Amino acid sequence: MAYYQEEIETMSRDAMTALQSERLVKQVRHVYDNVEPYRKKMQDAGVEPGDIKGIEDLAKLPFTTKDDLKDAYPYGFLALPLKDCVRIQSTSGTTGKRVVAFYTQHDLDLWEDGCARAIVAAGGSDTDVCHVCYGYGLFTGGPGLNGGSHRVGCLTLPMSSGNTERQLTFMEDLEATIICCTPSYAAFLGESAHDAGITGKLKLKSGIFGAEAWSEEMRREIEKSLGLKAYDIYGLTEISGPGVSFECEEQTGMHVCEDHFYPEIIDPATGEQQAIGTKGELVFTCLTKQAFPLLRYRTRDITLLSRDACSCGRTLTKMKRLMGRTDDMLIIRGVNVFPSQIETVLVGQGYPANYLIIVDREHHTDTFEVQVEMSEDVFSDEVKVIEKKEAELLAALRSMLGISPKVTLVAPRTITRSEGKAVRVIDKRKI
Amino acid sequence: MIMDQVSVFVENKPGALSEITAQLAEAGIDLKAFTVADTAEFGILRFLSDAPKKALALLKSGGWVASLTPVVAVKMEDKPGSLAKVLKLFADAAVQVEYMYAFVASEEGQAYVVFRVEDPDSATTLLESSGAVTVASLD
Repeated sequence: MAYYQEEIETMSRDAMTALQSERLVKQVRHVYDNVEPYRKKMQDAGVEPGDIKGIEDLAKLPFTTKDDLKDAYPYGFLALPLKDCVRIQSTSGTTGKRVVAFYTQHDLDLWEDGCARAIVAAGGSDTDVCHVCYGYGLFTGGPGLNGGSHRVGCLTLPMSSGNTERQLTFMEDLEATIICCTPSYAAFLGESAHDAGITGKLKLKSGIFGAEAWSEEMRREIEKSLGLKAYDIYGLTEISGPGVSFECEEQTGMHVCEDHFYPEIIDPATGEQQAIGTKGELVFTCLTKQAFPLLRYRTRDITLLSRDACSCGRTLTKMKRLMGRTDDMLIIRGVNVFPSQIETVLVGQGYPANYLIIVDREHHTDTFEVQVEMSEDVFSDEVKVIEKKEAELLAALRSMLGISPKVTLVAPRTITRSEGKAVRVIDKRKI
Repeated sequence: MIMDQVSVFVENKPGALSEITAQLAEAGIDLKAFTVADTAEFGILRFLSDAPKKALALLKSGGWVASLTPVVAVKMEDKPGSLAKVLKLFADAAVQVEYMYAFVASEEGQAYVVFRVEDPDSATTLLESSGAVTVASLD
């Protein structure tokens, strides 16, 4: 069994709690002294640094939200002078609110360590060729995995995103063994490799896929099409980048680098801390970061935590695959709908994982359409056979979601494949 | 005799059929007969050609969802009662016709009717034992 930082990754719970407590106490003082908007929040909540004596006091601290970061853009949450910082990364602005994050060299080191842990957990070593086709630049995907790959000693291909033909050529000619990208791009590469007739020539053994929500069914599809084992990775710019948590060969959730990033689950409605095993909103506290050390940052990602023993030997708390986001949840005719639920049904019924949800409002009523691509599995020369399968899909969607969408079958590959984050939802409602 | 029909999924939008037929034309594939089944949402183009396997491979590589379907083509006299006779034969033998389409042959006074049935082999045997002419290719 290989680990990148064995002592941390297999630390006993008691030792980890002690380490986290010691780090939290120090970090709260650092933030209180240097981050004015958060100091004000603590004062408003009547909490002083001295009240936080260990990780068990964490719930006394106020949350940091994306709106807080937006209000304080760009330097409000910076905890050190700019001369101590060496890097800036930024969020994609998917939700319309761009966040700029600052890093000292220490912050970059711990971020890249997280990515290195992920690569080793995916079977990577210095004999591997690691093909990174996450975007490079302000987006953390490329730089994070690139840094992790260097740390592990892999031969690193800094491909960045785009130009699929060149991606496939390099992958084949340089015999890449590990690939890092978004799951939707991995699925697209799988299709493209098939079309180019090179599927059997690829040497890929592991894929590290993150930056968007994906389903277990999509994992199996990618594993089949690219001939590799697919590992989930999680992270966010506000906390550092990819590598906040990562999957091991058990593929049952992602081990959180909790020596640096303490995870909590809260009830998104009340903000109350939830017990391990309860589903809710994921919240992270940076225990060691210097330049941009967020405390109790609300990620809006929905998941649950687990501390069950893992066959890989890591003792790090696991977070389950993302179950949606508090902000990508659609409320259609009063019902909560997560795009990931739709994906699960589609793939289970033999449709491609590529789909488009279109929500609109006509005569004060929400309309809800799901566009699905026709596939070989579903097609028949007989109308009644297709219509029967369509009816089955509709019934499955209705039973999963609680409401009925209109299903429209479209020609294959007409729904745009993304090279970054996939656009799954078009909400035209003007409310 | 059994023929291979190519069936293609066609999205309900302008230009879809034209794209498919243009691709076939470019490859020199001669359409012998075709029909389009349409619903409110999508269509299925079904056709017989001189090179069904080539047509299928071409369409698939062009990103279309398509398949081969075995059908039975019956040559008959182009006069009242010819079709009724074949359908009576099927009805008596409880052969269910999923769909069918017809066209006039280039040979004077002759027509072809293409049948899609559950079991094309036994339908062919049935037709031939009753004297009907099934064909392997269309003129």
